[in-house]
Amino acid sequence: MTSIDDSSPAIHLHNLHFSWNAGTPLLDIADFQVRRGERLFLQGPSGSGKSTLLGLLGGVLVQQRGRIDVLGTGLAGLGDAARDRFRADHIGIIFQQFNLLPFLNVIENVTLACRFSPRRAQRVGDPSSEAARLLRVLGLDPAQLQAQSTRNLSVGQQQRVAAARALIGAPEILIADEPTSALDTDTRGAFLKLLFSQCERAGTTLLFVSHDTNLAPLFTRALALADINRSNIGRAPVARSS
Amino acid sequence: MTLLPLAVKSLANRCFTVALTVATIAISVALLLSVQRVHDEARRSFASTISGTDLIVGARSGPINLLLYSIFHIGDATNNVSWQSYKEIAALPAVEWAVPISLGDSHRGFRVVGTTGGLFTRYRYGAKHALEFSDGTAFADLYDSVVGAQVANKLGYAIGQSIVLSHGTGALADKHADKPFRIVGILKPSGTPVDTSVFVSLAAIEAIHADWQSGTHIPGQEISADAARRLDLTPTTITAFLLGLKLRIATFDLQRQINEYRTEPLLAILPGIALQQLWRLVGVAENALLIVSALVVVAGLLGMLTAMATTLNERRREMAILRALGARPRVVFGLLVLEATLLTVCGIALGLALLYAGLALGAEFAQAHYGLRIGLDFPGTRELILLGAVCCGGILTGCLPAWLAYRHALVDGLSLRL
Repeated sequence: MTSIDDSSPAIHLHNLHFSWNAGTPLLDIADFQVRRGERLFLQGPSGSGKSTLLGLLGGVLVQQRGRIDVLGTGLAGLGDAARDRFRADHIGIIFQQFNLLPFLNVIENVTLACRFSPRRAQRVGDPSSEAARLLRVLGLDPAQLQAQSTRNLSVGQQQRVAAARALIGAPEILIADEPTSALDTDTRGAFLKLLFSQCERAGTTLLFVSHDTNLAPLFTRALALADINRSNIGRAPVARSS
Repeated sequence: MTLLPLAVKSLANRCFTVALTVATIAISVALLLSVQRVHDEARRSFASTISGTDLIVGARSGPINLLLYSIFHIGDATNNVSWQSYKEIAALPAVEWAVPISLGDSHRGFRVVGTTGGLFTRYRYGAKHALEFSDGTAFADLYDSVVGAQVANKLGYAIGQSIVLSHGTGALADKHADKPFRIVGILKPSGTPVDTSVFVSLAAIEAIHADWQSGTHIPGQEISADAARRLDLTPTTITAFLLGLKLRIATFDLQRQINEYRTEPLLAILPGIALQQLWRLVGVAENALLIVSALVVVAGLLGMLTAMATTLNERRREMAILRALGARPRVVFGLLVLEATLLTVCGIALGLALLYAGLALGAEFAQAHYGLRIGLDFPGTRELILLGAVCCGGILTGCLPAWLAYRHALVDGLSLRL
């Protein structure tokens, strides 16, 4: 297990270069830090390199140059298996939509995170009751949801189940990739409120990626990817789609 | 982290295509095993067309030739055996019993076998099964006959039916119409050429040919059926004869003795060895059938491959979620291989169930119509090897979609492709 240095920033990028082909880098970030417990709003249009950045932070991609330290651990220094394990243990991820495995019920979907991370499983003790607790806190009725097929949940319900999965076992970092874009305005507000309160409660660092700048004021800090990315490829509309 | 519940639930979620895939594999496996069983049983039944007979003796020709005409009634003898030689050999001290066979006539396409009542007690097939009468008894009167199961079945014969034998075996053969026979016995199916034979006594063969010479009726010299009863009906020649020995250990000695017989050129063969030689010729078609059924299994597995490959694209999302949760790419690979394995194993299990259900239903039919005794035995070594091969084939087949999903997992990373 990777030892975690509590004093180090949650995320620290330094001289990061990443390109898909040997050509011009898609990402070229001189220095970027996310402090522990911060709720950061990262804005960027499609094709700006957001997904690539998330892939790098999650450890499924490896940069060509520079450093990515997550919780004080240099990801490039870990092997493939160790990076996957690191992600399982320390990072919760919420996608834009379709977060759930349709063949598992709601509780199973939430506890799936613990199956891949013994560390998170150990922290919660009984995954099923912790999953039910998180679902209740997020405004869902686990008993009622349990009875219906996962694919029949509304998008709002699905996103809250996904949030519960990302939060179970208290990973240090939560990355949310446009999690509210499929929600209507009312549901969006309620979802963010619940997400924030849970992150605050567990001291989770939240990296929230979205193109919707209306949400920016709700966060402790907001910035555009274009502000930290020196590469101008990402600004071109023809670049790789997310 | 165990993948098994994930794989099982994922399959259960697609129960319709999964059921179809499993059914395809099951049917192909059931086909393969039943062909294998019938193949084995046909070989066993063939190899035991005649058992309990130590030597078959005929005029000197080839072993397969002698076996073909004496037992399978295929082709004709090139030469006969004199009654004198038969008597001498039958009287040898090593010989326990001898059953003569006289061929050459037919009844509506079925061969007529002139023999003695000893045939019904001495002839054995399979695991030393004796011939049994389903109705009636062996012949007693000169003009009595016993018919095999298929003869009675195809021609709709019952006890008491009067039949006329034809001279020779051709379709246009002259009829021995003046000396009709009465059916006194019908044999049970044995799956041997006995089923398609009409049995009469040796004396009857002599009687119907009393007024014949060189294969034709002698004009103006007709001898009535009753008049023939008064003649000396001891045959002068027979086609072949079966020998049972007191001690099987004497078989080779006696065989050599007969093969070196001075008065006429004779050939004695061991039925088992000749049958094995013959099977090598006939078994080719059976093997072809086995190969075809193996190809059906390949088609079944390809069906599984198609079913898995077509869902891969819609499952990319699923794989990205697993990756986001920390699953290694090899977990994605393992999940799909596990699914393929489960499909194959379920297919094999269902195939076995189908096989045994089919055998339970069809065993009686096969026994009644073909004399094949197909038992409900537990799968034999060869069958287990076949099943193992099917299982390995299924797992290997699963590796292809698994590898594709693995590639997707590496390329997609954490991005959900919608």
